[in-house]
Amino acid sequence: MAETQSSDAFVAFERVQKSYDGETLVVKDLNLSLPKGEFLTMLGPSGSGKTTCLMMLAGFETATHGEITLDGRPINNIPPHKRGIGMVFQNYALFPHMTVAENLSFPLEVRKMGKSEREEKVKRALDMVQMGAFGGRRPAQLSGGQQQRIALARALVFEPELVLMDEPLGALDKQLREHMQFEIKRISDSLGITVVYVTHDQTEALTMSDRVAVFNDGRIQQLAPPDVLYESPENSFVAQFIGENNTLEGVVQDIRGDVATVRLDGGEVIDCKPVNVTEPGQRTRVSIRPERVETNKERLSPDAHLLKAEVLEFIYMGDIFRTRLKVAGNEDFVIKTRNAPDQQRLTPGQMIEIGWLAEDCRALDA
Amino acid sequence: MSSLPPYATTGQTIWFYAFRVICGLIFFFLIAPIIVIIPLSFNAEDFFTFTPEMLRLDPDGYSLKHYQDFFNNSDWQAAMWNSLKIAPVATLLSVGFGTLAAIGLSQPHVPFRRAIMAILISPMIVPLIISAAGMYFFYSRIGLQGTYFGVVLAHAALGIPFVIITVTATLVGFDNSLTRAAANMGADPVTTFFRVQMPLILPGVISGALFAFITSFDEVVVVLFVGSAGQKTLPWQMFIGLREQISPTILAVATLLVAISICLLATLEILRRRSERLRGMSPG
Repeated sequence: MAETQSSDAFVAFERVQKSYDGETLVVKDLNLSLPKGEFLTMLGPSGSGKTTCLMMLAGFETATHGEITLDGRPINNIPPHKRGIGMVFQNYALFPHMTVAENLSFPLEVRKMGKSEREEKVKRALDMVQMGAFGGRRPAQLSGGQQQRIALARALVFEPELVLMDEPLGALDKQLREHMQFEIKRISDSLGITVVYVTHDQTEALTMSDRVAVFNDGRIQQLAPPDVLYESPENSFVAQFIGENNTLEGVVQDIRGDVATVRLDGGEVIDCKPVNVTEPGQRTRVSIRPERVETNKERLSPDAHLLKAEVLEFIYMGDIFRTRLKVAGNEDFVIKTRNAPDQQRLTPGQMIEIGWLAEDCRALDA
Repeated sequence: MSSLPPYATTGQTIWFYAFRVICGLIFFFLIAPIIVIIPLSFNAEDFFTFTPEMLRLDPDGYSLKHYQDFFNNSDWQAAMWNSLKIAPVATLLSVGFGTLAAIGLSQPHVPFRRAIMAILISPMIVPLIISAAGMYFFYSRIGLQGTYFGVVLAHAALGIPFVIITVTATLVGFDNSLTRAAANMGADPVTTFFRVQMPLILPGVISGALFAFITSFDEVVVVLFVGSAGQKTLPWQMFIGLREQISPTILAVATLLVAISICLLATLEILRRRSERLRGMSPG
């Protein structure tokens, strides 16, 4: 990663490795730094090492190699309870034997804070998550969404500068999850806290984060703001993992400036943008987003390469049409078209021609 | 109470009633020997049998003289005080060590967990007479034989397995992210233990304590070996009483012990249920 290990980094991982059994590395050479106030999401499939990274930051796991610093201080040898980091757990981890207010008061009590100050902070934190009236209830008497809010308030009540969130919305239904995404974002922005958020849900990552670190196989595959991640994935894992994606495989024929010509395995030739291919003869996997495929020839430049496609399936989704095509031997080629008045609805069996702008089509690693 | 469904076959009907009869017989088998001593303890005569007066329910056939004997006889009183001095201390030790052991053994990173667990549980499995003989020789060597402390230690060793088992059972449902959450919020391990873990496993600890107490209070074999005349406990005194001077005072003591056991069980069960209800269910 070409990430600057600047001294103003609030949280930094430097060459961090983690192995549970002494043989296989769960985290391989992690370098990551984030400035104060950033909302960073660690996104990746299960087993990619993202949760391990979070646990190392919280202090529940120790790094096998490398150094983790918080506000310039190395924290490898600081036990979790002295790190002063807030955390929202996947299952909320609310204390079932305490009321909501006692739960929130707990971190303040262990900090030996006075009673009136505690009560005031607890009240403010509860109001912040709009749960002011629930202080006397026990966690078991709350719904999942309410417990989630309490867990969030409890992680924030002692005013930590860094808050970790481990898939906090995983157990909520879709609507509530979307609502809480905005809620968490709003609160973290208004408090100016630094957040490290772990999820396997890419929508969550895209909508909430300042930057997203995509994890796979113990490494960060790409670290970028959401729009860059979606529009300019740097390798085929990221392209596949973030959003819907079509892939075609072939060999690079020619590279001229910003355009690479790729001969697909079926013999067709297309233009793409070379991302991590450098010379003719290399195998490549070409990635194109469903919504960037054009079915109307008139909107493409006259010299654009076109591909023949057979319509296999047409799905009406309201705001968009999702059409599955057979393109160059790939039967899972999906295009999405907006439901506009002039948009034609394709029928299965129909033969069409598709094309795209060369810069929307990225030639990645094979 | 379930009732017979209308579609039951003859076979099912027969089994339906047979099952209840069998259950009744099992209960009778378990409880009858205990129940029968209770009226006998009010016997006006110095016999272990129901006198004709008692069978006629004649008030003259009943008396409290065996209870009076128990409270006035210095041997019995000394034995009672010994039991009351030994059992609570042994219980405290059992609960302390047993709880810590159970928590330690529930940590996944502890090596040889199963082997250690098996060793700690062994006093429950090894025949008591063997444990007792072993303790006798061992305690004699280190000067604990015949001392109050020796008996307490021996009884604690017998009680620990019960505490380990009940606490381990409660810990199975314990959510480890709670201790992590506490640490994360700045609580050191000791605070976390007393504020978060202990309240949640309390029902298991209470059950274990009850078993440990009853074990010590009822125990006769080990105390015969490890104790000396100075540590003569109630069960020991009863044992002597049976062998040497068959006196129905034993029945009075037995009745009192049964009553105490029932009271203890009931009180602690009420406490346990109350705390379980208060602590709420598992999170989520």
